[in-house]
Amino acid sequence: MRRSLHPTVWTLLALVLLLAANLALTPGFFHVGVRDGRLYGSLIDVLNHSSPVLLAALGMTLVIATKGVDLSVGSVVAISGAVAALMVTKGQAPLAQVAMVAIGVGLALGAWNGLLVSVLGIQPMVATLVLMVSGRGIAQLLTDGQIITFQDPGLASVAGGSVWGMPNPVMVAAAGLALVAVLARWTAFGTMVEAVGDNERAALLSGVPVRWIKLGAYLVAGVGSAVAGLIVCSFTKAADANNAGLYLELDAILAVVAGGTAMTGGRFTLLGTVVGALILQTLTTTILTKGVPVQWTLVVKAVAVLLVCLLQSEEFRAKVLARRAAA
Amino acid sequence: MDGDAARSAPELLRLRGIRKEFPGVVALDGVDFTLRAGEIHSLMGENGAGKSTLIKVLTGVHQPEAGTIELQGRRIRPRSAHDAVALGISTVYQEVNLVPYLTVAENFVLGREPLRRGRIDWREANRRAAEALERLDVCVDPASTLGSHSLAVQQMVAIARALDQNARVLVLDEPTSSLDAREVESLFGVMRRLREEGLGILFVSHFLDQVFAVSDRFTVLRNGRLVGELPAAETTRLRLVSLMLGREVDEQSLSRRPDPAPGAPPMLEVRDLGRRGAVEGVTLEVRPGETVGLAGLLGSGRTEAARLLFGADRPDRGEVRLEGRRVRIRSPRHALRLRFGFCPEDRKSAGIVPSLSVRENIALALQARRGWLRRLSPKRQRELANRFIEALGIATPDAEKAVGTLSGGNQQKVILARWLASEPRFLILDEPTRGIDVGSKAEIERLMADLRRQGLGMLFISSELEEVVRACHRVCVLRDRRQVGSLEGAGVETGEILRTIAGGGDA
Repeated sequence: MRRSLHPTVWTLLALVLLLAANLALTPGFFHVGVRDGRLYGSLIDVLNHSSPVLLAALGMTLVIATKGVDLSVGSVVAISGAVAALMVTKGQAPLAQVAMVAIGVGLALGAWNGLLVSVLGIQPMVATLVLMVSGRGIAQLLTDGQIITFQDPGLASVAGGSVWGMPNPVMVAAAGLALVAVLARWTAFGTMVEAVGDNERAALLSGVPVRWIKLGAYLVAGVGSAVAGLIVCSFTKAADANNAGLYLELDAILAVVAGGTAMTGGRFTLLGTVVGALILQTLTTTILTKGVPVQWTLVVKAVAVLLVCLLQSEEFRAKVLARRAAA
Repeated sequence: MDGDAARSAPELLRLRGIRKEFPGVVALDGVDFTLRAGEIHSLMGENGAGKSTLIKVLTGVHQPEAGTIELQGRRIRPRSAHDAVALGISTVYQEVNLVPYLTVAENFVLGREPLRRGRIDWREANRRAAEALERLDVCVDPASTLGSHSLAVQQMVAIARALDQNARVLVLDEPTSSLDAREVESLFGVMRRLREEGLGILFVSHFLDQVFAVSDRFTVLRNGRLVGELPAAETTRLRLVSLMLGREVDEQSLSRRPDPAPGAPPMLEVRDLGRRGAVEGVTLEVRPGETVGLAGLLGSGRTEAARLLFGADRPDRGEVRLEGRRVRIRSPRHALRLRFGFCPEDRKSAGIVPSLSVRENIALALQARRGWLRRLSPKRQRELANRFIEALGIATPDAEKAVGTLSGGNQQKVILARWLASEPRFLILDEPTRGIDVGSKAEIERLMADLRRQGLGMLFISSELEEVVRACHRVCVLRDRRQVGSLEGAGVETGEILRTIAGGGDA
């Protein structure tokens, strides 16, 4: 029997096509230079700016694999950014402390979502909608509705600094990917997530701790979003309760789905999610460098994701191929 | 009109040679069914006998591969449920297929609302609904929401709706499952009245008492085949149950008895275990190396008893002792830690994890017992999977194949392997041989014999009495959600089990 190709292959193909188009159409897209000991260029830009989406999308992958969804990503970003900005402006807290608190906030908010979904049994979309809506309000309360700007060199270095020439956000995202990959594949957590998403009743009767597994997925999503919040506020050196991380949850979902993890739960692929996030950011960067009006970004993104999803659909490929063969 | 008169009544509905196949199974194999005007005709059979498929063919949900349906002498071919209703065949299910948020009258006229000057005439709708319900002795405000009424009333609304659509054949599929005794009696009153008005009623229920109380005739199906059509007045409960379960006592079942029960003290003692609305009075003992059977008709509480023992549901009375110590089994996870295993009846929805591989499915319970942090290495998982693929003869190209793509018998073996890999001391097998081919059945029986010799205690549930007799040292019999008897030694034979299941004195 012919083995069907892994869905990530098609996502990867889409990314390669997109890069090839840029190679042909955008001069200097592949140019990578060094300035002040730091790499720069469009490719580095793509990696740098995709890091918040990627951090959020890693947890989202696990959540979606349990047949859930987390709509509160953007709100967690806003809260974590607000907390960080307050800590450096009001208390001159050192970066390590700010990071610890932000991660704590992410854990707490993730636990809230997980509790609603796994213990109280509320549908994930409704349960996380609660925090999506109220989270922005909490962030606004924290900042008194003001945009809090800061000059703290520590927090600014989260986005501004670099390690071995690579911008810090890229390194943070890479570390996040490594951690989640270890959690998912070096422990049995990933398999249990897939079992829960694929057939919850069977998983339960096989002794899988279904509630804890779901809770775990939301915790990872919460922490990822909180760290993304640090990066987002560091990029702008400001905490904006209204706009920080706005619609980031949708980008994260798009990255997961484009990467080949199905919304129906079960099998997931972290690698696919990485490629999905890179596609989204490559598109955005391409549009910016080509001078296409920014208003087009969202439409082009939507079309691209639709195409990737169609590419992954076996039925669609079969139909198109059948028509080709007939013609 | 009583049963005798019904026999001479004209044939209303005639199904001949109905055959229906699904991928891998023949659900109906040349089944005939005749319904006369003015009779209540019960369709009997265990799970998988083909009752619901036959009803779905009749009501247009499935199209048969072969066979004919005649309604009042005219050949019909219902293409959809809607089509069947238009022809005069209406169905009322256990779960009422109406909209609970709409009013009684809105449900009554749904899809065929009376119009006046291009608008829905609600006054007329309410009047018609009230009138139709009054005919059935149901007195409710047609403007009240349907969901605010008991299920019994909702069923009456569904029946009234069916009658108003000129139903000539009324199919009642398990209508009594959620009704109390008084509601059942009033439903039967309505059914008898409709019979007198010349309607043909096809009734399905797994409560023997009810079936005998209301039916004129029975048609019995087993494994997709017709095994008999009998007038109710001349049928004993024992005869009916024998037909449903099949009673060809072959020599094999006499010669292949399990080894004598071991003399060890019981490892598991269950006393009067029960849960309201599920099952009551489950009392049994299991010794190491002993197999205890749970026998009873579908819906008698077998699966419910198994779920209580595995912690999938919590008992509200009775006690369980494991090696002399009292335990309260809180969850399947807890049961797993006590080294229990449970192959559920519902293989597809509660057993397999379809898109995970054979390897991952087999390792799942053992992994769950170890916890998520102590992952079984891929190497150990592969060894485990390959060992059981060989030992159980699982037909799969390799251990990485998704379980959902295997045949039913092989899926069942994978679930068995999952529990054997978790090294249980007590294994519950709920219908492990249902819907799988004969070869796989024999293999599973052989495997059970091996496990007995290794000292595993087992609880075995099966509708096939020969299997129970071949495998079990002791059999507990359930009827109507209550344990009614316990047989052991020479008492474990099909005739005795059948008599205990049938009960009721007329055996």
